[in-house]
Amino acid sequence: MSLDEFKAACHSLSTDGPALIAAAADQDAWASVRNMLVGRTSGRLSSIMATLAKLPPDTRREAGQLANTVKVELERLLDEKQIALAAAAPSAVAFDRSMPARATWRGSLHPVTIVIDEIAAIFRELGFTIALGPEAESEWYNFTALNFPADHPAMELHDTLYLEGGGLLRTHTSPVQVRTLQKYAPPVRILAPGNVYRRDFFDATHSPMFAQIEGLAVDEGINFADLKATLTHFAHRFYGATRRTRFRPSFFPFTEPSAEMDVEVDLGDGRGLRWVEIMGCGLVHPAVLTGAGVDSERYTGWAFGMGPARIAQSRYGIPDCRVLFDSDVRFLGQFAV
Amino acid sequence: MKISHDWLRAFVPHTLSPNALGDLLSAHVATVDAVAPLRADLAPFVVARVVESEKIPDTKLSFNKVDDGSGELLEVVCGAPNVVVGTLYPFARTGTVMPAGITIEKRKIRGFTSNGMLCSARELGLGTDHDGILALTVDVPVGTPLLTAMPIGDTQIELDVLPNRPDLLSHYGVAREVAALTGVNTVLPDEIQNLPAMPSAKSGASTTMAGDITISVEDLAGCPRYVAVRISGVKVGPSPEWLAERVVSVGSRSINNVVDATNYILHAFGQPVHAFDAAKLAKTAIVVRKAKAGETLVTLDGVERKLESWMTIIADGERATALAGVMGGRGSEVTEHTTDILLEVALFNPRDVRKVRRALNISTDASYRFERGVDVTRTDWMAAQAAGLIVAVAGGAITGVADVGAALPLPAPVTLRVDRLTKLLGASVPEEDVERLLAAIGFTVEPSAHRSYAVQPPSWRHDVTHEVDLVEEVARLRGFDLLPDALGSSRPGTVPDHALFIVGNRVRDALVGAGLAEARPMPFTKGGDSEVYARVANPLADDEPFLRRTLLDTLARRAEYNLNRQQGNVRLFEVGSAFIPDGKGLPREEVRAAVLVMGASRPPHFTDAKPPAFDAWDVKAIAELIARSAFPGERIALVAAESEPTLWTVYAGDLEVGTVSRVALDAPVWAAPAFGVEITLGVMSSAPVTARADEATGAAALAQHHVRFVPLPTTPAAEFDLALLVPNEMPAAEVERVIRAGSGAMLEQVTLFDEFRGTGVPDGKRSLAWRLTFRHPERTLRDKEIDGRRSQLLKTLETELGVVPRTA
Repeated sequence: MSLDEFKAACHSLSTDGPALIAAAADQDAWASVRNMLVGRTSGRLSSIMATLAKLPPDTRREAGQLANTVKVELERLLDEKQIALAAAAPSAVAFDRSMPARATWRGSLHPVTIVIDEIAAIFRELGFTIALGPEAESEWYNFTALNFPADHPAMELHDTLYLEGGGLLRTHTSPVQVRTLQKYAPPVRILAPGNVYRRDFFDATHSPMFAQIEGLAVDEGINFADLKATLTHFAHRFYGATRRTRFRPSFFPFTEPSAEMDVEVDLGDGRGLRWVEIMGCGLVHPAVLTGAGVDSERYTGWAFGMGPARIAQSRYGIPDCRVLFDSDVRFLGQFAV
Repeated sequence: MKISHDWLRAFVPHTLSPNALGDLLSAHVATVDAVAPLRADLAPFVVARVVESEKIPDTKLSFNKVDDGSGELLEVVCGAPNVVVGTLYPFARTGTVMPAGITIEKRKIRGFTSNGMLCSARELGLGTDHDGILALTVDVPVGTPLLTAMPIGDTQIELDVLPNRPDLLSHYGVAREVAALTGVNTVLPDEIQNLPAMPSAKSGASTTMAGDITISVEDLAGCPRYVAVRISGVKVGPSPEWLAERVVSVGSRSINNVVDATNYILHAFGQPVHAFDAAKLAKTAIVVRKAKAGETLVTLDGVERKLESWMTIIADGERATALAGVMGGRGSEVTEHTTDILLEVALFNPRDVRKVRRALNISTDASYRFERGVDVTRTDWMAAQAAGLIVAVAGGAITGVADVGAALPLPAPVTLRVDRLTKLLGASVPEEDVERLLAAIGFTVEPSAHRSYAVQPPSWRHDVTHEVDLVEEVARLRGFDLLPDALGSSRPGTVPDHALFIVGNRVRDALVGAGLAEARPMPFTKGGDSEVYARVANPLADDEPFLRRTLLDTLARRAEYNLNRQQGNVRLFEVGSAFIPDGKGLPREEVRAAVLVMGASRPPHFTDAKPPAFDAWDVKAIAELIARSAFPGERIALVAAESEPTLWTVYAGDLEVGTVSRVALDAPVWAAPAFGVEITLGVMSSAPVTARADEATGAAALAQHHVRFVPLPTTPAAEFDLALLVPNEMPAAEVERVIRAGSGAMLEQVTLFDEFRGTGVPDGKRSLAWRLTFRHPERTLRDKEIDGRRSQLLKTLETELGVVPRTA
């Protein structure tokens, strides 16, 4: 056999094939057409391929490529035809692949956990680790060590739930700052997520318990510019690289200078970008460092605190915070993986 | 704190718009929560044009066609004589509420329909002019809101003043900041320039006379300074319009000229001032003292207060007549008949005021400021302003002034090192800026040795006590936004991830993978006994004052919540804290993972229309999943519990870590049975940290279990099944133990794969079937060896347990 004869056979197959495939009226016809064209033992393609070995060696490569092109095209047409046949006569199909999968239940993380995880992931890239502390805390860790003046209006910023027999339910995650600084020498770079408590009625915008996430960096040479840089980096990662941030003066007994960070955020309510207060922050007050046994002349630090529940509410469009606590399976199921 | 934009401009004549001023304050001083026109009630009014107008015969009325921008002309009847076609007027559409309270409605007048009202200045509350409707000279499209079209009235700025800045609780205080930020100097408002002068005071260490009234301060700790001004012959009556406007502009009500004048001083300068009716003071005396046991006082709000002996009060010659720094008494209140006044301008101890305010639960503008701290040196100056203003607006004459006690010392000077400032801000601030900015807000800045300053805070800044406080002043006045924010490099920290964070996340991920939904409910519970439950001492509601001992307590209530909403498929989990009272002190806090499941154990499918409900075996698996995730490398065992509802006790190694149980719920009849798992992951210590952790401790917390690789088999396995008749009371685990012990080293796996009761199985027994897999590490096992092992094992089972194979 010559190369030309081989080519002619291929050409003939590539001319006849598509017409035969198109003419197949049902699955049975399709199967016999497939056998005739590309069947492994008696198909026309196989017969052609069998002649390949008889060709002059220097032409085999070209011939093989040609035959393969024909094969690929025919198989493509066969697949398309099969799908078309299946769609055209579903009732005739024993194996109806339009039917649903045998699924397992889909689990879900709570939206507040999703937000905490995402915040943590961004800070973990910057070398932050996770510290935790107790929710039932002493007044010393919750207030005294954080430079809250005793019997001062500053205490009114935190409406506190006290425990019988002493202690309280922590009003913020900031006690973890003190515990960490007491236990580990600088450099310290931690995040402390957790539940905190306030003496608030449970309504659409308040809850006696909510999640908070604290950040703390203490080392030599930590300064306000570093704080701004880190938190702005966070905002860009979390909300988008083009979001603007701004810092405004604020007051927390345990930071000085203190600031609020606003980010220009689109809350998805059709009102476009607007400034939203995201977190409180500031340089760690030297009294806090000294109280925790850190040399406040040598080491400086910054800290921040933010509310992942509020962030989750705005991100997912949840108007009433109570649904975060109700544990309605229909709500939680909306966050299924 | 409500700031009137007009009043503020009387103190500092800046040229910023209210919104621009709000932005400036937010960026440098304190957060502005709102900038709102004082006349928000005018918001619904729009600018409209009269397009046609004709007189209605035999009346003063006109019938007009008005274009209010709505797209169609409105028919409006107007009673004013001055309607001019083509002119713009303020227009109230139907439904608009007028400042006087009347709602404009569609109505028929003389056969003509009227759809709204063209308004006069008086109808809008913009003065008394009632000559006709108010022609507007603005150039805006019709339909523009009136408030947008033209400046009307004052603007109120709501400033969120935090507890460290009581100096911002007055217009003058805010004006100082605006002056520093804009470079415009502060002035005294026109209305209080050229006030009648106050004669010089009679001073006294603890007692002196204010005219005919003896002023004594017995409690100098509670009241370091008391300035009293005696004013005779006042005429109490309505305030002049400007004064009433000032008072109303900060959200107060105009009461009378004397009370309004005291409120003016409070909002202008932050100094609370109280006026007594001097004629009502017994024995013409004022005594500042502690209350006597059993003493009572009816305060201005009409409530009779029981006084405690630690409370500082103002008394006359006989009885208590005011709560120092909090509220006056009804008995000495200034009324329309008052002609003689004793004006009190004093310093009260912040902590004492706070204590009284909290004990009696009355917060006033005065207590709010005294608690946070007022200007400590200018009490006499404030008194002069207050007395002068009263005489100016209510007449009379000042007949005596007493100044008892002394001004408090200025706050202590603070050192500011330039290098420290640079170090903390991460940017150098020119020294002239430091000096200029601090001086602008009243600090005295003296250059001192080694590139530092001795900085004297002013009498109104008690919050500046540390060098960092000055750093904040400089930073905020320059603007935080001016500081650089390039991300630099940082050293890794020394703190390892908390072990409970790692474990908690592992458990969370495993449970989500198992199809469960995470809940984050609150830990409050009905509880019961304070011995058993930790209790909140001051709960807001009494129904759930306790903290839970178990997470399942909470999850059970959450399951009931779902059942109440017809949700019977509940698969909840939580990783959270349980609180166990620990004798004295804080409760022991255990971080646990808990699961509650009930209903379909998998979603329905057309091959499996009614999937089975969760049963004990499903939850046993979930418990194993949690335990394996939480305690990798530990031997996990679930031991049958003595009695229900607990089904199994979970062990990790030798440690009892939790339980699997049936959960009793308040459930409807259609609900499937509920099962729970609760496993303690670890204790969250609340003990004080006593020692630095060395690095080894940190590393130990991170210790991980590593799997040891076992070489893959190169020889085939051999297996056989054992179907055994096991008495019902004999645990399968017991049989399996004997199988394992009697099978030798080549046993690779034992799997219990069947339980059967019925035909061919005697009563009191069940057939249990195990598959045993054997493998020799080096060669293929011969059939003979396997058979031999099988008969040997059956013999052992019979001898040790009396268990025989099932024959049929």
